[in-house]
Amino acid sequence: MSGDAHHPAPMAPVEHRAAALEALLTERGLVPDGFIEEITRRYETEIGPMNGAKVVARAWTDPAYRQRLLADGTAAIAELGFGGPEGHHMVVVANTPAAHNVIVCTLCSCYPWPVLGLPPAWYKDPPYRARMVRDPRTLLAEMGCELPGDVEIRVWDSSAEVRYLVLPQRPAGTEGMSEAELAGLVTRDSMIGVARL
Amino acid sequence: MQTSSTGAAGVPAPGRIGRVSRVDGIHDLGGMQGFGAVDHSPAEPVFHEPWEGRARVLLEAVSGAVQASGGETRHSIERMDPGHYLTSSYYEHWLTAAATLAVEHGLVSREELEARAGGRFPLSGPVQAPPVADAGPGPGEPRFAPGDRVRVREWHPPGHTRCPRYIRGKEGVVVRLDGTYSVPDVEAHSTARRYEATYSVRFDAASLWRDGQRGVWVHVDLWDSYLERA
Repeated sequence: MSGDAHHPAPMAPVEHRAAALEALLTERGLVPDGFIEEITRRYETEIGPMNGAKVVARAWTDPAYRQRLLADGTAAIAELGFGGPEGHHMVVVANTPAAHNVIVCTLCSCYPWPVLGLPPAWYKDPPYRARMVRDPRTLLAEMGCELPGDVEIRVWDSSAEVRYLVLPQRPAGTEGMSEAELAGLVTRDSMIGVARL
Repeated sequence: MQTSSTGAAGVPAPGRIGRVSRVDGIHDLGGMQGFGAVDHSPAEPVFHEPWEGRARVLLEAVSGAVQASGGETRHSIERMDPGHYLTSSYYEHWLTAAATLAVEHGLVSREELEARAGGRFPLSGPVQAPPVADAGPGPGEPRFAPGDRVRVREWHPPGHTRCPRYIRGKEGVVVRLDGTYSVPDVEAHSTARRYEATYSVRFDAASLWRDGQRGVWVHVDLWDSYLERA
């Protein structure tokens, strides 16, 4: 089907466009065999919020670790074996009874990959990016995170090289739980800051 | 075109206010209204469709092959047609950027892409900013320290920047000094590099939006040359 200025040809379906680019780059030797499968596998199985949950659980059970984590997030996270792209400059922000933290990237999709994996679609879509800096109290409530009016909200727009992780408060009634059990309570959303535990 | 307020480095000269006003990319979404509810899900697959994972890896492969800086790679997304940007998913942005960089750097042609895809293959628009020939001297030591009041320069560069529009001209307080990093405004348009301190700057949401909200602080991470003393 040919197109002209008034009736442009229909856009090829996105999966056909992806396949076309992949085929042309592969023919030129720019996509090594198995490269796509390997990267995809790593983000589906090894890198995700289960890593961040271990960091949070350690901070809840080890006051010295918590102190190191808040002083130098990158180094303390590396102690648990996590690091790499989008995690070279980590800052951890702690929730308290008086203050709630939430992260956003208004310009693109910056997100702490080594501890949270790749960002969910809603984090990258326009409504979240537009609204979280404009009226976070309303948006958080809409997302199920209603905060008392006297709780301060701290929004962190990751617009340069630092990537943020929210350290949620440890829930009441978890005193007897092991570190592994505690990690099981920690959700991705609580480490982005759109949920409380 | 009035460009005297833009320094050799492609970043605003200290103490001046930019007057160039041509391109503010559609990606610069902070504070825009009318988008409605967030389509939130507490858990979801990493990739919804196989092509999403492929698009993600293809952008990394192309950026690596043409040695694009982070700034150039991001800018190849930001140059998308605004209508296409807002009506396509994030991985379609990545795919469009990968194809755009591949065509611009001569790895493939648009005609080949469209022939293989069996239809139109939209690419991002051309770079509007002039190339940065001289990165200029870095400012040396960080000019600000935690506690300092600063104002964000009010300028609208035609190229890539990491200074969001919603804080331009606004006053805030430096709360953290971070490391020294390559200035995106330079690296997106040059092989030269300029390194500056970055800071986390805290803004009172009430001062950003004049809407009376209380107890809300918005922190934005900014390069040294984006700021002036308030």
